[in-house]
Amino acid sequence: MRNFLFTSPWRRQPWVFAWLCLLPALTLLGAFTYLPVINSIFSSFFSSTGSGSTLYTGFDNVHYLADDPVFIKALTNNAWYALFTVPTSVILALTMALWVNQKLKGRSFLRLGFFLPTLLPMVAAANVWLFFYEPNIGLLNRFLSVFGINGYNWLGDPDTSLGALMMLTIWKEAGFFMIFYLAALQSLPSDLIEAARLESPSRWYRFRKVVMPLLAPTTLFVLINALINAFKLVDHLFILTKGGPNNASTLLLYYIYETAFSYLDQPYAATQTLFLLAVLALVSALQFALSRNKVHYQ
Amino acid sequence: MSINSAKGSAASIKWFSASNTLAAWVLALLWISPLLYMLWASLHTGSAAITFDLSEPISLDNFQQAWQMAPFTRYLINTFASVSILLIAQLLVCTLAGYALARVKFTGRNVVFVLILLQLMVMPEILISENYQFIAQLGAVDSYLGIALPYIASAFGIFLLRQTFKQMPQELHDAARIEGLGPLAILVKVYVPLAKPTYLAYALVSVSYHWNNFLWPLVITNTEASRPVTVGLALFGSPETGVDWGVLSAGTLIAIAPLLAIFLIFQRQFMQSFMTAGIK
Repeated sequence: MRNFLFTSPWRRQPWVFAWLCLLPALTLLGAFTYLPVINSIFSSFFSSTGSGSTLYTGFDNVHYLADDPVFIKALTNNAWYALFTVPTSVILALTMALWVNQKLKGRSFLRLGFFLPTLLPMVAAANVWLFFYEPNIGLLNRFLSVFGINGYNWLGDPDTSLGALMMLTIWKEAGFFMIFYLAALQSLPSDLIEAARLESPSRWYRFRKVVMPLLAPTTLFVLINALINAFKLVDHLFILTKGGPNNASTLLLYYIYETAFSYLDQPYAATQTLFLLAVLALVSALQFALSRNKVHYQ
Repeated sequence: MSINSAKGSAASIKWFSASNTLAAWVLALLWISPLLYMLWASLHTGSAAITFDLSEPISLDNFQQAWQMAPFTRYLINTFASVSILLIAQLLVCTLAGYALARVKFTGRNVVFVLILLQLMVMPEILISENYQFIAQLGAVDSYLGIALPYIASAFGIFLLRQTFKQMPQELHDAARIEGLGPLAILVKVYVPLAKPTYLAYALVSVSYHWNNFLWPLVITNTEASRPVTVGLALFGSPETGVDWGVLSAGTLIAIAPLLAIFLIFQRQFMQSFMTAGIK
């Protein structure tokens, strides 16, 4: 047995060995990634009748999707959510990394402070912020009452509930992306930075013309990750707003969850899932195109 | 004249660096203030939790109450068990796949690699509805295995290990071959020991991700038998239970304490792991 596993037979047929090594991974990916995607295509376009046969329903679900005001709301909300949280947390992350990379006083405290929110589960972070937003005794309103603004219901008002979620997301994510910028800053070639220092005395000019281009691959990586997170992380909705009031703060994945597990409409959830997958495919295509053209690797 | 302007620029640099430090500190304090506030609320009972009176006595009543109101011990055991099962399975599956992709030449290798990388885009989070039905058919709803299954074949883990194995010197591989070792023995005796830093990095990233995971465990667990601490905390904090802020803060702290402790012990490795994971 030992001989069989550890030695000769594989030498002549290395491909047998390779496929055996890949078998567990491919089986699991097949069951939990590829098949579910194929299934959602199938259940979007067919509906099963009671007798076990299936009925082609064509684009009914797709039309339904386009006419569903809640879905449209979730989609536009998600677009605003990404448009605001992604750039803000990336810029904050870069600023934090630049600070932590300098010899500031209490540098390790700063780094820990920025990074800690990242470690919390989103649910725990949402619990903390629930209290922050509480209309009567919450910290935010108590702070604002100093300026004479009182009793504002941040999570209960359709105008502010999505914004309240965005703040939490930025707080939670900036420190995570800081780590990647910090790693990139520490691996910048020091002779290049030194040469730039001699060439130009302006910090801002050096930052724009030398540091930023060198950080471009990191920026792309962080941007794509932030963008994906904007579509796949909805844990805080369960605690803070449940998508409300009146769907004012609902996001795509949260609506998929509601459709599948509250309304028990699996085919419609599948159609929404396909839509979300298309969005993510678009993000990946964007990443691919940008990493080919705009980002200069060394 | 030139000396004067040099002095001026030195002063402006000094002013810049002082305001820079100040700004960094203000933001950092702002960033941890919610956490400090939670700590305060958890240590003060009743109305003292929401006022900042330093003369109020510190008490651990909230923790005791939180612990009595919800089975946090059970939740933490569940989280620990499902995260451990998942990590062990991930390491096994990803090591084998990463090794085949890095060091065995076979037709279709690139196609397989691209197929695996697809999972970076098609994440299990998105497929909750389909995956729930499949796990239900397997009869694994409300079990540790059910929580772990969709995440075991991690494209990220396979990719990370493939990169690591690829960077190891081919001479070591050849030497082991001449010694008469087969491919599996070479993996176990040569590659795995040398990849320890990557394993540590991956383990820390995986544990912190799955310790905090919420949506999938929420879907796939029904009872205390398997419910992890994130889901337990969400139930504990829901308005129907009527817990006050102090108790909720205490519960939140109980939920995050183990991961926070691991982080504070391994702080350097933690940061390093995330960096390694990001660069690769």
